[in-house]
Amino acid sequence: MEKMSRVSTALGGNALTGRTMHCHLDAPANAISVCRDAAQVVVAGRSIFKIFAIEEEQFVEKLNLRVGRKPSLNLSCADVVWHQMDENLLATAATNGVVVTWNLGRPSRNKQDQLFTEHKRTVNKVCFHPTEAHVLLSGSQDGFMKCFDLRRKDSVSTFSGQSESVRDVQFSIRDYFTFASTFENGNVQLWDIRRPDRCERMFTAHNGPVFCCDWHPEDRGWLATGGRDKMVKVWDMTTHRAKEMHCVQTIASVARVKWRPECRHHLATCSMMVDHNIYVWDVRRPFVPAAMFEEHRDVTTGIAWRHPHDPSFLLSGSKDSTLCQHLFRDASQPVERANPEGLCYGLFGDLAFAAKESLVAAESGRKPYTGDRRHPIFFKRKLDPAEPFSGLASSALNVFEIEPGGGSMSWFVDTAERYALAGRPLAELCDHNAKVARELGRNQVAQTWTMLRIIYCSPGLVPSTNLNHSVGKGSSCGLPLMNSFNLKDMAPGLGSETRLDRSKGDTRSDTVLLDSSATLITNEDNEETEGSDVPTDYLLGDVEGEEDELYPLDPEHAHPEEPEYVLPQEAFPLRHEIVDTPSGPEHLQDKADSPHVSGNEADAVSLVPVDSSFSLLSISHALYDSRLPPDFFSVLVCDMLRFYAEQGDVQMAVSVLIVLGERVRKDIDEQTQEHWYTSYIDLLQRFRLWNVSNEVVKLSTSQAVSCLNQASTTLHVNCSHCKRPMSSRGWVCDRCHRCASMCAVCHHVVKGLFVWCQGCSHGGHLQHIMKWLEGSSQCPAGCGHLCEYS
Amino acid sequence: AANEAYTASLAVSELLGCKQCGASRGQDEELGIRIPRPLGHGPSRFIPEKEILQVGSEDAQMHALFADSFAALGRLDNITLVMVFHPQYLESFLKTQHYLLQMDGPLPLHYRHYIGIMAAARHQCSYLVNLHVNDFLHVGGDPKWLNGLENAPQKLQNLGELNKVLAHRPWLITKEHIERLLKAEEHSWSLAELVHAVVLLTHYHSLASFTFGCGISPEIHCDGGHTFRPPSVSNYCICDITNGNHSVDEMQVSSPGSVSVSDSFFEVEALMAKMRQLQECRDEEEASQEEMASRFEMEKRESMFVFSSDDDEGTPARDVSRHFEDTSYGYKDFSRHGMHVPTFRVQDYCWEDHGYSLVNRLYPDVGQLIDEKFHIAYNLTYNTMAMHKDVDTSMLRRAIWNYIHCMFGIRYDDYDYGEINQLLDRSFKVYIKTVVCTPEKVTKRMYDSFWRQFKHSEKVHVNLLLIEARMQAELLYALRAITRYMT
Repeated sequence: MEKMSRVSTALGGNALTGRTMHCHLDAPANAISVCRDAAQVVVAGRSIFKIFAIEEEQFVEKLNLRVGRKPSLNLSCADVVWHQMDENLLATAATNGVVVTWNLGRPSRNKQDQLFTEHKRTVNKVCFHPTEAHVLLSGSQDGFMKCFDLRRKDSVSTFSGQSESVRDVQFSIRDYFTFASTFENGNVQLWDIRRPDRCERMFTAHNGPVFCCDWHPEDRGWLATGGRDKMVKVWDMTTHRAKEMHCVQTIASVARVKWRPECRHHLATCSMMVDHNIYVWDVRRPFVPAAMFEEHRDVTTGIAWRHPHDPSFLLSGSKDSTLCQHLFRDASQPVERANPEGLCYGLFGDLAFAAKESLVAAESGRKPYTGDRRHPIFFKRKLDPAEPFSGLASSALNVFEIEPGGGSMSWFVDTAERYALAGRPLAELCDHNAKVARELGRNQVAQTWTMLRIIYCSPGLVPSTNLNHSVGKGSSCGLPLMNSFNLKDMAPGLGSETRLDRSKGDTRSDTVLLDSSATLITNEDNEETEGSDVPTDYLLGDVEGEEDELYPLDPEHAHPEEPEYVLPQEAFPLRHEIVDTPSGPEHLQDKADSPHVSGNEADAVSLVPVDSSFSLLSISHALYDSRLPPDFFSVLVCDMLRFYAEQGDVQMAVSVLIVLGERVRKDIDEQTQEHWYTSYIDLLQRFRLWNVSNEVVKLSTSQAVSCLNQASTTLHVNCSHCKRPMSSRGWVCDRCHRCASMCAVCHHVVKGLFVWCQGCSHGGHLQHIMKWLEGSSQCPAGCGHLCEYS
Repeated sequence: AANEAYTASLAVSELLGCKQCGASRGQDEELGIRIPRPLGHGPSRFIPEKEILQVGSEDAQMHALFADSFAALGRLDNITLVMVFHPQYLESFLKTQHYLLQMDGPLPLHYRHYIGIMAAARHQCSYLVNLHVNDFLHVGGDPKWLNGLENAPQKLQNLGELNKVLAHRPWLITKEHIERLLKAEEHSWSLAELVHAVVLLTHYHSLASFTFGCGISPEIHCDGGHTFRPPSVSNYCICDITNGNHSVDEMQVSSPGSVSVSDSFFEVEALMAKMRQLQECRDEEEASQEEMASRFEMEKRESMFVFSSDDDEGTPARDVSRHFEDTSYGYKDFSRHGMHVPTFRVQDYCWEDHGYSLVNRLYPDVGQLIDEKFHIAYNLTYNTMAMHKDVDTSMLRRAIWNYIHCMFGIRYDDYDYGEINQLLDRSFKVYIKTVVCTPEKVTKRMYDSFWRQFKHSEKVHVNLLLIEARMQAELLYALRAITRYMT
């Protein structure tokens, strides 16, 4: 780690020389302090208290102040400070609450001078007056600060912070009488040493403890504070109210802060936990540290600039039991490693990039490529001579804009908004989406939708090998039989005589599906026509006594003598209702609604005949309809989906995935699906198509995706009278003391579940509203709105 | 949820009016519905029901707390009903617990409850286990896991060791424990998950202490909380929690009133006198450093042997035990052998500076919540002591807090451990020690025999100090190990 660069600076004839170096201590250090001649440093810790001479090449141990065999808690130092006027005078703060002063001029081995045992708790900080020889200040965990005159045995005055523990005390360098203290509860206080009764000023600087503070060596009113909230703040104390001048956000709680000499805007920090590095910040550039020292392997506990007028030497002590001298020249500069290049692709095809100015300058000399339809619209360059790292980390921004109409994404928005993904039969969905695509001039997409419709829902297509179980039982052995059946019966089927015993009301109740397994059940009879490859489902077999009706294709029963039986020709409305737990326990569907297929029913309803556009294609499907199952195509369809996704049209991939649902889902692995879904949702959200994105989330079957809209949802309620947010309770407003949410039916306050109509915003108790809407479709409040409960 | 709400409101109303229930029973039985009857009297077996706040007579603040609690948990549990002696603390407690269990966090919901079950089971706390078994199933947990830790995923099984050490000998946690959890290939924990788990474990260890320390009665919908026997069969209810010390007549015999008043009156007076004395002569009598150090060591060593004489060896509670292997691994075993507890110096690693930063970094906002909770618990005071008003109790509270940390080997450099001996008498120490280390052995006799003149609310207050100090101690050890792992 030791680098061989050397620096010597002339400071009034007193040259400082040295290099980056470190020495091993026997124990972790808690604090360090430098002698005023910049040639010695004192290191203090729980079990170490030594003075080192800083020589050119190395640290040399000069004195061990821990004398005597018996360990004493008085020597367990939390802080140490060297007097800046008298090089023989030191003070330490002990963890047991004792303040000790040391006189290096004493002839005996034991240099201990005075012992103040006035604090009841750990003393966190001691501080000498910058110009007065005998004044010492201490701040303790017990919440008191004490000022000692070293010529006397007791404290001269005691300052009570009236708040929690004192973490730091610092005499102002410029104001003779002023000192600042910081507290565990986030306060900073300013005191006049002559007035112990109350503080001059108090303000809250941080959220949580303020661990440290430091007065600016030149700027009279500037105070830097560092806290547990990971912030370093610079305050201007000259104004009437302390004003926050700068704020630096670090990555860990700030343990120490020290202004860098001779550099007005620089300060060094080290952290209390997790982060072991020392940073030097330019407060005007709060995001990237100006310099970083990475020598320590454990948290740094003490930092000190070696000389008050030399900005290049920094000393530090650490929990890893080392003492280091850092040379500013050897510091790593994160700015150099910072990547000032950035590239962003806009929603509407615009492209912006930022790059180092040197690069861009070379680039901009060139003529733009004429054949390119894109051209840079502006070139912005901002250079402030006062900027600390000008040239180092500044970059130029270029924006390229698509020519109007060139690569507009409006088709994406239109498509997203107009596509139908669920709620209608597959065929209709496909037709609708094909139409949308065609209208937007996307013929290939339109063609794809049409083909999907042919593959998966050709009318009269008779399922062959891949029927669901209930039908398939017969089909596997009775294939030839089915063929004849097909020829015989489907001919009228293609006409308009197809019958289904389902009334409109039935259909509706059927479509209120409980979960995916239930979807299978209701799908069952369309699938007979659509020939889907849905896995076998036995649930329908539970319907007692109706097997004959239900399974007319059973080998025993499917005789040609039953020509009346007609397969349903067209799907009934499919609704892909996705419930919030797709993989939840299976519910048995209400059997009463089970569709039974029977051509004998009198109230048969004829279903939609094939539309004209379709008839064109029906010729081709007739060629394979009884031979090739849709399963045959699934590989092709999957390839197609992947193709679209590769092309960047993830919209198509996801839309098809949703529309086809179970039919293709199993052929594409979960992760790919999830990837498509998240990409599409991300795109939708960037276009602020919140509704569409939510619909997609809801319709997705991937667990990871569908839980997206089930987390972190908070509903904020405002009072209906005073329109203020209701914070504590949902039913009574703290401000106007009125009950906000009344039930429209019983006119009592609703304290539990409150259900309300999104149309007219009336509502009430869940049970009451449910009951009311069974009997009436109008709003119980009498507003005339036709409320719906679903 | 509706069902739960029903049982909860049922529990509350029944707890309040047992006798009325008996009257109305006849009609219900005609309908063929079996109405469960609560066993025990009130939310706590130690505190007479009439001393505890009656639902319905609470003030606005408490009411808001009850409402929040009910909204979050779907019930008003007995812990809440006892803790409401100290609404300020309860608010913070509920907020933290709600955040840990229900808000955004690295662990899935059913894991959180399962960890809660694991932690409570270490202390055979069937009360908490039952509550969380319900919650666990409610959030979709796999019932198979409840057959024992070996049926849970490997990842949770790995946590078992940490749970065990943390509950009984937290000072033995090393960075190797942490490393093993984080480096277990496909069953490994992330740092954030681990911190969440550690906070949950410590929370439930200490909550188990509270449950036993205050003698919380089982909830009516849980095992041991109700009976279907008509009241005529047995005149009083016998709780079947393991301790076997809660028959009603015992409660009457040893109720605080029956102890000779003058005797206990002296206790309070003597305690107050000692506090005054310590306050005054603190500066004069300056003990030497070695003296201070030895006082700490002595207190630490002595705390190992402070145990109630009447620890009857009961077999662990029924099926709860299936959740933890190695029942024998407890606090007591080691203390009998006088194992040495290394000293942990708070000045080198404390919650405010170090623990907080670590937790908040890995599990945002929780550090803040726990920090608040510690603060409230440590600073809570009404300036009363038994019948005296305007007393500064900070010295007493600090002695209790530091005594608990002392048992875990945590030392404050700036504290004179001689104070503990002055302020805490033996029966109180026995109680503290039992609640913190082997909560399942707390008996009503212990609860009654310390601080006989003090109010129940003050004893609950003591319990709050105990559980928070314990939680902090466990957290400190666990977090220090994590910090060491990270550096």
